[in-house]
Amino acid sequence: MSQNVRRSPGGGLQKLLETNSILLVVAILILVSIGGIVEIVPLFYLKNTIEKVDGIRPYSPLELAGYNIYVREGCYTCHSQMIRPLRDEVERYGHYSLAAESMYDHPHQWGSKRNGPDLARVGGKYSNDWQRDHLRNPRAMVPSSIMPGYPFLASTPLNAQHIAEQMRVLRVVGVPYSETQINNAVADVVAQGAPDDPGAGALRGRYPNAVINDVASTHGITEEDALIAYLQHLGVSVDFKLYDDKANIR
Amino acid sequence: MALTASLSKKMTIGELSLSLIFSLLAVATAFIAVKAYTPVFAFHASLFSLGSIGAVVAIIQRYRARPAALPPRVINHRPNYNYGPIKFTSLAALFWGIAGFLVGLYLALELAYPQLNFDLPWTNFGRLRPLHTSAVIFAFGGNVLLACSFYIMQRTARVRIAGDLAPWFVVLGYNFFIIIAGTGYLLGVTRGHEYAEPEWYAILWLVVVWVVYLLVYLVTLARRTEPHIYVANWFFLAFIVTVAVLVLGNNTEIPISLFSPQSVIVWAGVQDAMIQWWYAHNAVGFFLTAGFLGIMYYFIPKRTGRPIYSYRLSIVHFWSLIFLYIWAGPHHLHYTALPDWAQTLGMIFSVVLWMPSWGGMINGVMTLSGAWDKLRTDPVLRMLVVSVAFYGMSTFEGPLMSIKAVNSLSHYTDWGIGHVHSGSLGWVGFVSFGALYCLIPWIWRRKLYSLKLVNWHFWISTIGIVFYISAMWVAGIMQGLMWRAYTPQGFLEYSFVETTQALHPEYLIRAAGGGLYLIGALIMVYNIYRTIASPVIDTADDVAASPMPAE
Repeated sequence: MSQNVRRSPGGGLQKLLETNSILLVVAILILVSIGGIVEIVPLFYLKNTIEKVDGIRPYSPLELAGYNIYVREGCYTCHSQMIRPLRDEVERYGHYSLAAESMYDHPHQWGSKRNGPDLARVGGKYSNDWQRDHLRNPRAMVPSSIMPGYPFLASTPLNAQHIAEQMRVLRVVGVPYSETQINNAVADVVAQGAPDDPGAGALRGRYPNAVINDVASTHGITEEDALIAYLQHLGVSVDFKLYDDKANIR
Repeated sequence: MALTASLSKKMTIGELSLSLIFSLLAVATAFIAVKAYTPVFAFHASLFSLGSIGAVVAIIQRYRARPAALPPRVINHRPNYNYGPIKFTSLAALFWGIAGFLVGLYLALELAYPQLNFDLPWTNFGRLRPLHTSAVIFAFGGNVLLACSFYIMQRTARVRIAGDLAPWFVVLGYNFFIIIAGTGYLLGVTRGHEYAEPEWYAILWLVVVWVVYLLVYLVTLARRTEPHIYVANWFFLAFIVTVAVLVLGNNTEIPISLFSPQSVIVWAGVQDAMIQWWYAHNAVGFFLTAGFLGIMYYFIPKRTGRPIYSYRLSIVHFWSLIFLYIWAGPHHLHYTALPDWAQTLGMIFSVVLWMPSWGGMINGVMTLSGAWDKLRTDPVLRMLVVSVAFYGMSTFEGPLMSIKAVNSLSHYTDWGIGHVHSGSLGWVGFVSFGALYCLIPWIWRRKLYSLKLVNWHFWISTIGIVFYISAMWVAGIMQGLMWRAYTPQGFLEYSFVETTQALHPEYLIRAAGGGLYLIGALIMVYNIYRTIASPVIDTADDVAASPMPAE
């Protein structure tokens, strides 16, 4: 085959590149960099990339622990969190998703496949009880559902020992956690996860709209409690009665 | 020879420094295992520690067993090719292939019969799905790429692969990465990025392995005795370099602690989504396309005994392919919160990308000019050529689906799954099988046990693919239409779960297709086993060195 190459050598530049491996690598590097730079870099400085909108706050420590479980169990492999501005989607799931709504998600959970419905606005759609029963046995609530059951979450006590460390790193990458929020992380997990905890008031001050657990488990605060706290917070932050989409045209 | 034998035997710098590095790594990771936040991380750190100890023992034993002089680069004026690492990776590819197909089949059955999730963490769809995708793409595909690139690099440069321990470090290190990643998914360690699930420590290890891979490649090329770098190597270099860039960009993360398996990625929300699909689309473009095109550019001409159809076309389509692919990522994010300008760019470049993709297809298929009759007699060649046909088909379907109007229907549905599988089962799978059917007999110096069994493999797997992709077309388009169906009164006609229910028959057909594909691969494993178990062919020339005579 090398004979073939010699028989019909390309132009001068091609000949230079294919006889010099380092130049070939450099040329490849330059060519493959262009597209990525043009498409990615402006997203960090164009102001209209992420809408200016009120109400979006970082996750409470219990919600963050629930987000970790959502990621761990690979929920994103079947559920999207990205409602497209198409008539049927908006009617089925609610207002189309804003970029701002996932701006504290490291990583994003937009998903790419809907084996189950979109979850971007599942918060508040069902009661805690419904979510609990559904997670333990999806077919008890939706007979023809193909979702796996997650009864083990209900019997696994939540390990939120290191949640403050995660919040601290999240602050480094731009999530606006305050020092008070980080220092009270473990207390806030209890305040949101255990019913009738005296810390609930302070928690609500730090994290408006946080949904507090209403049923105590014999296992203490469980992974299920955390996941439900997270699910109940999905898509509820923005008040779309007040949202002006014209001000944020992309 | 007597001279070399009388040399006093000394450890090379590589052997010494690598044993030292692994000893330190063994101690450091044992320390991390003790202090780990979670049992899974302790388990992984212990694996690192045991692996490092194993590496030191292996290096020392290898040193004691080897003669004083390292293997010569040239024997009797012919390159002394190093096939050991290639043998390892080609068998590893078969092993991971079967494992990955099996998990895929199980997932297909889970979607048809959700009871198969068993309500356990380790068997639920969400944890098994990354195991399947990583096993087939990175474990099966990765080992095929390592095997073929190490072979092609040596043969086209006519020189022994660079390094003594380095190639072994690459192949063993890469497979260790796979074990860490795969067990991690099952035990709940994941970054939650599709096709990029391995956590920070697995990636850190992968980066080291990858840098050594690139160095081995470049040093081998630098020693080449051919002035020109053969076209297959351009594709391999583009694959190695770009995958490095992609992995670094998409893994810009900060570990929560040295003792935690968890990390926080620097990017969030919309930027993270864009970077993720820039990565994932180009994992397709450079891992599953450029790399496997490199394989095509060697094995199709070799198997047909004909030169590449057009050298000019290979230049044009190589440079345009690598330039254009990078832009196509945003077509995974149509109608999302990604700004419209980025979506439009992604769509336009995806459509343009159709041309260089078909350039590759034409170059591969037309290489058979004057040797078309071989398609009838050689099922291995048929597999290689049909793989290129599937490549052409899925690189036409891809641009089609990247058009926003089409994407509004196809996105989030099984059409996407079908598209991926026509590319992966048809193109990547078949070109890999075809290459391995050539490569394994060549490096083991055996005759392929049975062409008849290759024929069975080909037909069973092809029927499997047809079942698979047609079921997914029907499922995807049907579900997409059901989601947007309205009653005459203007209400949504179907609840979500009704649209899932409707897919059950297609899911069964899909599972049957996947099962057939797996059966085909098992036939291959048997064929390869019988090949390697057969006696060595006693020819002075090895089969691969000279092109096959044209008939």
